Amino acid sequence: MPTPEQDALRALGTVVDPELDEPITDLGFVRSLDVDGDRVTVHLRLPTSFCSPNFAYLMASDAKDALVSLHWTRRVTVELDDHHDSDLINRGLAADAGYRGTFTHEAEESLDELRETFRRKAHTAAMERVLTRLMRADPHRTEADLHRVTIGDLPADDATAALLRRRAAIGLGHDPVLPVLVDSDGTPYRPDEVPLRLRMARSTRISLEGNAHFCRGLLATRYDLEETAS
Amino acid sequence: MYSKDGENYFIVDAHIALWDARPQNQRNIHGKQFIDCFYDYHRNLSPDSEVWPYEEYLHQGADRLVHDLFEVGYVDHAIFQPAFLGEFYRNGFGQTEEASALAKAHPEKLTYNHFWDPRNGEEGLKQLREDAARFGLKGVKLYTAEWYGQSRGWKLDDPWSYRYLEAAQELGIRNIHIHKGPTIRPLDRDAFDVADVDKVATDFPEMNFVIEHCGLPRLEDFCWIATQEPNVHAGLAVAIPFIHTRPKYFAQIIGELLYWLDEDRIQFSSDYALWTPRWLIEKFVDFQIPEDMTEYAPLTTAQKKKILGLNAAAMYDIPVPAELQLPRAEPQAVAVA
Repeated sequence: MPTPEQDALRALGTVVDPELDEPITDLGFVRSLDVDGDRVTVHLRLPTSFCSPNFAYLMASDAKDALVSLHWTRRVTVELDDHHDSDLINRGLAADAGYRGTFTHEAEESLDELRETFRRKAHTAAMERVLTRLMRADPHRTEADLHRVTIGDLPADDATAALLRRRAAIGLGHDPVLPVLVDSDGTPYRPDEVPLRLRMARSTRISLEGNAHFCRGLLATRYDLEETAS
Repeated sequence: MYSKDGENYFIVDAHIALWDARPQNQRNIHGKQFIDCFYDYHRNLSPDSEVWPYEEYLHQGADRLVHDLFEVGYVDHAIFQPAFLGEFYRNGFGQTEEASALAKAHPEKLTYNHFWDPRNGEEGLKQLREDAARFGLKGVKLYTAEWYGQSRGWKLDDPWSYRYLEAAQELGIRNIHIHKGPTIRPLDRDAFDVADVDKVATDFPEMNFVIEHCGLPRLEDFCWIATQEPNVHAGLAVAIPFIHTRPKYFAQIIGELLYWLDEDRIQFSSDYALWTPRWLIEKFVDFQIPEDMTEYAPLTTAQKKKILGLNAAAMYDIPVPAELQLPRAEPQAVAVA
């Protein structure tokens, strides 16, 4: 049986930074976690006070949702520290006002579109990772062959598991006969498009990884932490 | 000029500022948070020997700028790219009077670019015409994430923005630098999304659009746009300091840029006073793509010369001494009958 603290931490581990596609627990964004009976209080922190408030709100509200959905929690408080919109966001979270209720005139639309954009990017990066691994593992495989690769051809490793999670997040299935190199709607690319699409997917992956490096570094600088990222 | 291993490099620092972030100029807490965020960038990405005390970071002044850039920094010519940030700083963040006076006193070393904000409407258009004449503008720096009353950003393809770009074109302002970089305050109108560059680059083909920070943290969006739009360029501000702390990541950035754009559309920038140019130039000249990153070709000396100065010099018609230009492939003499 996990302790309530472990249970709460595991729930927070399901919350990802939408831009970096990494759990907020790995990124060091969870500053403190206190459990007192059915009451949970979490403080989040971000690499700079100018992290965009839509991302900040997304992570904070996802953290609250994840904790509220645990069967044993009754009173959940999530607070964002040291952000230029901390007061606004914390008031909105406490009142469960939602994104539009929190930012009122500034928020013309919901966050769903933004979230979807980054889920698609996360899928693209995960796809590039497995296909590049496959090419490295088998030098006889050429880029031109990649359009034939199916989910069933992938090794049972962490990269494949990550790809399947990201496929599920954008509504794509995990049937072994399904092609791997697809757009966000699940449509395969034409064979002649493969080199370009792979190249584009690589720049997406580099962008995501680079941002994660930068955010980790800035968080460490801001809070005087030991930097753990490679 | 910088010399190493018998090669001479003409250096243009295409993005510098003369800022004042001292407490007396801070309008509110955001003014402090903004410079603190810059200082964290500075501390996080600089070699230990190059980290300044906080007090020095708040304000440099003209003498220090001249010293850091031209006396010890190898820079031949630098271009001011000021951010106004009037909601954060009483007298603005970039110091217009001091910087433009300095550029006027040293026209062979400094170019002053100014800024506009289309949310100033007709009045701002009039101001733009006056500023173009007063400063002899060849370029501007636009900051689409700038706060303005209730507004937290604007887009290049807003109708008023088009009117300013049309006026600029008529006034001969051809070089449009746009800050698209680390996030600040976009809500659902994401002020750092590079997609709006795509539209204006197509509609104003005679203008150059230099995307500062090459779209980071959306490098891939930037690359895709720049591939399709030949008048879109990459500014290396904030990207180049990764050369020290994350050389492999920097190799990926420069490798991707060279793949998707070409070597004529990438410009060196220290983003002074975020960083000083000296160590960046030294490290870039010494830099090479790691051997295990076979997906990228090695960087050539000619590419480094273009990126460090020749590209921006060409864009701004900055004279380059003959010995610092790249050797031109002379056309083969044709025998005349």
